[in-house]
Amino acid sequence: MDFNLTPEEEAFRAEVRAFLDENLPENANRLDPHFVVEWQRKVREKRWVGFSWPAEVGGGGGSLMEQVILKEEMARRKAPPLGTCFMGLAWVGPAIIQYGTEAQKRRFIPDILDGRYQWCTGYSEPGAGSDLAALQCRAVREGDHYIVNGQKIWTSIAMWSRWIILLVRTDPTSRKHEGITCLLVEMESPGVTVRPIRNMSGGTMFAEVFFDDVSVPVENRLGDEGQGWQVTVSALAHERSGIAEVEGLRRKLEELEELARETPRNGRPALEDDDIRRRLARFAARIEAMRLNGMRFLTRQLKGEPLGAETSINKLHRAELEIQMGELGLEIQGSRGHLETGAQGGRWQKFALSWAEVVIGGGTPNIQKNIIAERILGLPKD
Amino acid sequence: MNFGFTEEQDLLRQEVRKFLDQKCPLDQVRKLMETETGFCRDQWKQLGELGWLGLTIPEDLGGAGLGWVDLTVVLEEMGRTLYPSPFLATTLAAAALREGGSPEQQRRWLPEIAAGSRIASLAVLEASDLPEPAGVGLLGRREGRGFTLHGEKLQVLDAAAADLLVVAFRPEGGAPTLAVVEVGAPGVRAEAQASIDLTRRVGQVRFDGAAVPDDAILPGGEVALPRTLDRAAAAVTAEMIGAAEGALALTVGYAKQRVQFGSPIGRFQGVKHPLAEMYVDVESFKSLLYYAAWTLDEGQADAPRAVSLAKAYASEAFARIGVDCVQLHGGIGYTWEYDAQLYLKRSKWARPAFGGPGYHYDRVVRLGGGA
Repeated sequence: MDFNLTPEEEAFRAEVRAFLDENLPENANRLDPHFVVEWQRKVREKRWVGFSWPAEVGGGGGSLMEQVILKEEMARRKAPPLGTCFMGLAWVGPAIIQYGTEAQKRRFIPDILDGRYQWCTGYSEPGAGSDLAALQCRAVREGDHYIVNGQKIWTSIAMWSRWIILLVRTDPTSRKHEGITCLLVEMESPGVTVRPIRNMSGGTMFAEVFFDDVSVPVENRLGDEGQGWQVTVSALAHERSGIAEVEGLRRKLEELEELARETPRNGRPALEDDDIRRRLARFAARIEAMRLNGMRFLTRQLKGEPLGAETSINKLHRAELEIQMGELGLEIQGSRGHLETGAQGGRWQKFALSWAEVVIGGGTPNIQKNIIAERILGLPKD
Repeated sequence: MNFGFTEEQDLLRQEVRKFLDQKCPLDQVRKLMETETGFCRDQWKQLGELGWLGLTIPEDLGGAGLGWVDLTVVLEEMGRTLYPSPFLATTLAAAALREGGSPEQQRRWLPEIAAGSRIASLAVLEASDLPEPAGVGLLGRREGRGFTLHGEKLQVLDAAAADLLVVAFRPEGGAPTLAVVEVGAPGVRAEAQASIDLTRRVGQVRFDGAAVPDDAILPGGEVALPRTLDRAAAAVTAEMIGAAEGALALTVGYAKQRVQFGSPIGRFQGVKHPLAEMYVDVESFKSLLYYAAWTLDEGQADAPRAVSLAKAYASEAFARIGVDCVQLHGGIGYTWEYDAQLYLKRSKWARPAFGGPGYHYDRVVRLGGGA
């Protein structure tokens, strides 16, 4: 066991910190468009956008350890994101790098790195949520095109995206996972309709997407016909250990502690209440467990072992933390907890209504428990 | 960065597991439970011969000179089979001597401990129920070239079997420190107390004017006391990893073969999900404890916080696992003859041992660094 970094890794950390000192002053106005443009230009120049991707496709070629260091340092300083094409960077890009043709790589990867437009993800359907492989959206090959008919739902940022990575059923006769194919579809194509859905916080981040005889050139198929499930699974696997999220949760816990310190309860700071103090300490233990679990997973990856179902452990911790920290944030504020104008700029009120994006998207806690029980403990499938 | 065990540590684990599987599987544990001392003297000698009693004792004093991470491997395996022996007690006493003892004291006691010819234990806890120096009230009255002890120690591991005690006491006008006291010396009376966990022996020790000459006091005792308590909490947590994994394996095995409603019950989410939660908890306090063991070996400043996070999380989780293990089995889990109850009972001892969840969570907040 050795938690120390090599001199090269320490040097890289110092480089990232120096960059942040210079380019992210404490008083930076993160909403200022000039600041945002400059930030994105500079991190792109450093090749920190797509840092894990191979240099041949324009990525940073960063080692696993360097990726962790970069993410940790950025999160520690609450830095703006590295790149703006979120889903493109998170899984569309990795899937194209792994399964795409040379032409697809040339066409899409540079745009993702430069953030020229957004991608959205067309996986879930009204009848295929947790049971994703039950999807019915149909694509029929006609010459050098596929004709797509069907519906997707919970498609985040569909209304602002130029492209969608779409899972469709090409062979209705084959077994569940085998008849699925992955297509890259332009949202401007005739026959695509986007209908936004308002979520419980009042905002509209996701939408329904309808496909009505949408014609997609065969050259926009990602991977082989029938390989769609595999493309998706390995693309989602790029989300990995979750170490970077830990820094975000730590910052959130600090804010919660601050709230408990500055909010009076029974004539003294809420932090001195036994129940509140211990709940905060339990959060700290869970967050630290996430960090260390992530390091155990990382060690396995460094030894060249692929990660499997164990990453569901940290997803479950995160879900629990997002919900419970939000709850405590409101409870500390007592009877004012439900007011929109709450403490810390109403942060906890917003948070209490938005955790679902993280907790439900990408697999609900119940699905994560099924994954652990079936794939790790070997219990029979439902 | 490497958060994993070495090949040597993996090998050590295999050896310990093989030894325990052969010499003391759970049916054997049950036989030892029924005996008065609760452990097997022959096996104790073998543990000495195998070098495990001196695992963290320096090589020139008859030990293997290994660290707390190595010890964690052994404790985990002993926890897995709920191995009944004074191993934990002796190891903790040796750690205190190693940390605070003079060279003479170490030369006198550690080789005998490593060889298995002396069983030792650590006597810290009192009626205050506070596992830290502030909780130590056992009075040392100045008398000639030493002190006499007056008071009582509780929850002393293997008190009745121990030959030797490392005792925390408060010398008149001084800070709490440690001294070596031989059981059987005048004014020392050890008495076993029945625990509901029959695989773990504890007792109380009464001191009525027992003599502690100056050369029995550990010169580094004041510093060694809190450090030893951290090591103790870490050691109990290491045992909890193995025991929790044992309970989980037992329950998963049952869920795969028990058929109800025409299907193994492990197919039902009402059974499957609590098992997944157990797994998440065990893996998580495992990570916390491995890191804590590493900080102890490296003398890292955050060791106390790391230990408290691990002990607090594990104590709550293992108690829940003990209950779930029995509950998920249904009727059979509630019987004396089935092993589920053994894990549940161990959790009742382990949860408060060297500080329960409340104590350790409060300490995390007190120590700072995030909540």
